[in-house]
Amino acid sequence: MYTFSNRLKIASFILMAVGVLGIGIGFVSAPATVEEAKAMVAAHDDGHGDSHGEEASHAMASDHGGASDHNSDHDEHLLHQLQNRPWAALYVAAFFFFMIALGVLAFYGIQRASQAGWSPLLFRVMEGITAYLVPGGIIVFVILVLSVLHFNHMFTWMDADVVAHDKLLQNKAGYLNPTFFLIRAAIFLGGWIGYREISRRLSIAQDNADDNSNFKKNFRFSAAFLVFYLISESIMSWDWIMSVDPHWFSTLFGWYVFASMIVSGITVIAMVTIYLKSKGYLPDVNDSHIHDLAKFMFGFSIFWTYLWFGQFMLIWYANIPEEVTYFVTRIEDYNLPFFGMVAMNFVFPLLLLMNSDYKRVNWFVIMTGIVLLAGHYLDIFNMIMPATVGDQWYIGVPEIGAILFFSGAFIFWVFRALTHAPLQPSRNPFIEESRHFHY
Amino acid sequence: MASHYEAPIRKPLVLGDKGYHDVSVDIAAPVEGRANKQWWIVFSIALAALLWGVGAIIYTISTGIGTWGLNKTVNWAWDITNFVWWVGIGHAGTLISAVLLLFRQKWRMAINRSAEAMTIFSVIQAGLFPIIHMGRPWLAYWVVPIPNQFGSLWVNFNSPLLWDVFAISTYLSVSLVFWWTGLLPDFGMIRDRAVKPFQKKIYGLVSFGWTGRAKDWQRFEEVSLVLAGLATPLVLSVHTIVSFDFATSVIPGWHTTIFPPYFVAGAIFSGFAMVQTLLIIMRKVSHLEDYITVQHIELMNIVIMITGSIVGCAYITELFIAWYSGVEYEQYAFLNRATGPYWWAYLLMMSCNVVSPQIMWFKKIRTSIVISFIISIVVNVGMWFERFVIIVTSLHRDYLPSSWTMFSPTFVDIGIFIGTIGFFFVLFLLYSRTFPVIAQAEVKSILKSSGSRFKALRDAGKPLYTISKNGIVRETIIGNEEEAAVSAEPDKESLLSTLGSFDSGTQEPDDLKKVKGIGPLMEKTLNKLGIFSFLQVSKMTQKEYDMLDALTGAFPGRAQRDDWAGQAKMFLNNDK
Repeated sequence: MYTFSNRLKIASFILMAVGVLGIGIGFVSAPATVEEAKAMVAAHDDGHGDSHGEEASHAMASDHGGASDHNSDHDEHLLHQLQNRPWAALYVAAFFFFMIALGVLAFYGIQRASQAGWSPLLFRVMEGITAYLVPGGIIVFVILVLSVLHFNHMFTWMDADVVAHDKLLQNKAGYLNPTFFLIRAAIFLGGWIGYREISRRLSIAQDNADDNSNFKKNFRFSAAFLVFYLISESIMSWDWIMSVDPHWFSTLFGWYVFASMIVSGITVIAMVTIYLKSKGYLPDVNDSHIHDLAKFMFGFSIFWTYLWFGQFMLIWYANIPEEVTYFVTRIEDYNLPFFGMVAMNFVFPLLLLMNSDYKRVNWFVIMTGIVLLAGHYLDIFNMIMPATVGDQWYIGVPEIGAILFFSGAFIFWVFRALTHAPLQPSRNPFIEESRHFHY
Repeated sequence: MASHYEAPIRKPLVLGDKGYHDVSVDIAAPVEGRANKQWWIVFSIALAALLWGVGAIIYTISTGIGTWGLNKTVNWAWDITNFVWWVGIGHAGTLISAVLLLFRQKWRMAINRSAEAMTIFSVIQAGLFPIIHMGRPWLAYWVVPIPNQFGSLWVNFNSPLLWDVFAISTYLSVSLVFWWTGLLPDFGMIRDRAVKPFQKKIYGLVSFGWTGRAKDWQRFEEVSLVLAGLATPLVLSVHTIVSFDFATSVIPGWHTTIFPPYFVAGAIFSGFAMVQTLLIIMRKVSHLEDYITVQHIELMNIVIMITGSIVGCAYITELFIAWYSGVEYEQYAFLNRATGPYWWAYLLMMSCNVVSPQIMWFKKIRTSIVISFIISIVVNVGMWFERFVIIVTSLHRDYLPSSWTMFSPTFVDIGIFIGTIGFFFVLFLLYSRTFPVIAQAEVKSILKSSGSRFKALRDAGKPLYTISKNGIVRETIIGNEEEAAVSAEPDKESLLSTLGSFDSGTQEPDDLKKVKGIGPLMEKTLNKLGIFSFLQVSKMTQKEYDMLDALTGAFPGRAQRDDWAGQAKMFLNNDK
């Protein structure tokens, strides 16, 4: 049995406390009126050169026929962006950590359905990580409910005034309406958490059983879950992420989000496994298991890049105005995070994890994993921020606070869950293969 | 590689009481034997189709593309449909040999050789279309960036059609190298078994002097792994580039970002279906049921089911986003697919690709060979229509209603397609008689961990080196030893009673030295015992080998190892 070390527990509490403080500062310092917002932008420009100011004035100049009416529209818009910032920071971090747990769940389902012989030793680690689905899912859901209740302006289509003046959004209202949106979210969360709980229960029951019936049931549930996941994950990505840019659309989007999710998930499996192994809790896990996880990190990083490039290149190439705005704003306002994440998520792991010896060096995998996780946080950041805060983005107190809070919550919940069951399944039919696994 | 321990709940991959030698004999049999009448009939049909296709191609090139059913609006139809279809089919081969190798799927070993052959032969078919659909195919070499006398006039690297050139040619070359590397040990095996000098010469040439030393094997495995690691992104990128032909355009119904992974999924889907079709026949005709088992068929069906579901998910995504986008042209493109003049093609594609693989969820169905065979053909029909629907329905009605039109193929369009099918089968039929269709070296590497005989021995707690030839292992291991002690003194009468006697007055003695393992001395010994003809030797079984060993006392087990009976059978056939 694993015992949650006090130092780690305290560290997670500190992370949460500091995080809450950061999130709080973010909300308190958000402007309440247009004047405050303008003052903030002005102060910000003083401190950081005048790049934003130039863009702003450029945007003003290009608005031909802009009367004072238009100016006040612009100010209103600016106010909304600044008010969105702490919310978006919270949402990006909440979704990112939830997505890790969901990615691990998908990987776990695949391992069960494919009857993998190497991974059963890691099942309890994966089950521990997926325990975060419950609190993480609830937090994301609460943020979505608060959005529906107009506490923020992240999803513009939820604003009845906006929809009233937008023909395109009216046409989408059959799908993008708050009630249906929340019902879908509830069904998906229910399905994922339901599979996680059933599979966990069967996995533990198998340890004390005298036949393989629990194992077989788990196999069936996993196959069914993967079908549900294939569909629900796509729709979730349209709902929770793509709809922050409600005028934009891309058929690849769901699979692209999936790629980001699975890489982050596998990376976290590797990191938690290495941590537990270093503490002596996983004696049968050897370098080959780490090697396999690192191979998956490597492979799925390339897969992510493939989908990123596929989506980007096709839209860039055809240059159809209604689609290409998505990347225009990102390249103009988010140049460094947008291309920086490609370096972090592709070039970096490609070079570091190519060598098979390196994939067995634990600290190497951890270091690459940290860069990968940061890169995929940036990926989600690049998906949400341009639509919610526009060019007013900054990675400051609210963003870092949210990351710290959720990482603390994630660590606390995951390692607490790991104490609930033995870290090695004992009667899995493939456990012997996994124990002998050597590559 | 993973250890030899295998979980008991895994099913055996090699059925029957097989040892290493049996694997060689079974796999070499089609190569060493002669083609029967059915083979010649099928080959002639395929050859006739090929010749018909050659005629259609010559007619096209000499008369002009106008002989096809294309028009000013629909300027891509059967040509590119067939191209994408053949490329798609070609993907399963590399997928099986590369991706399944990376995922350490042992079951790939019985099917990878044929799947790769299929890849190469279908990429050759695909490669014809980019040339013959050109208006001036004799200028095709202009797509290659070579310095020239036009002031170094260069190609434009922005066109996906140029990327196709690089993708397909790289894909064919890498697949060919990957395939041939894997063939070296197997060609070596055929070379070493060859009894006729011509065969020995040929297989000696193509096996590149493979001797199977430890260092060779080590490098062989490393090369396979590196090539698999290279071939996997290649598979993805090749079909992605093919999908870019459409997705980079601005045509409603073509311009969509999901095409790259969706085309790849479709390629795996149709490719596996084609492997399924071919292997279900091959296992029967070449008597390879012990290697390509029902479990292999079931697993291929599962891959078909999964990729079919992914393709189905992509169809639904496209439909949803077309509605969600609010772009009228996009919405109309899908409305036109479902309810326009080509509704039947769309319905056929949907029912073949989305509905039919879903029945594989039932174990009864996916383990049925007949149903698997039917579904595998249905899937390939469906995937042909998928490409047809994507290409034609998006072109024949797009932005300007004044340029809306229809498409119908001419006999030349159809003739060329039939010609490529004929060409494919000509190549595949020749392959199946001259190449080891199963990678024997690989199958031998899993025999002890996944062969049914060794699994049974392991379950019974017996040592794995126990030699037995007949019956079920568990009983015979102990039984054989006792039997050998009892029948220690056989006489030559009882030996000849089963082999048949030789009448030197009416019959010509055969040159037994042709049999590998029988030297001049052994021939004399055999003659002394009354064995003169191939007919007699061909009747030898385990019992006779044992008697022979007891009588001669020389080289015990030699006759069995060299498979004298099998060799003699071959000479009998060849002399007929």
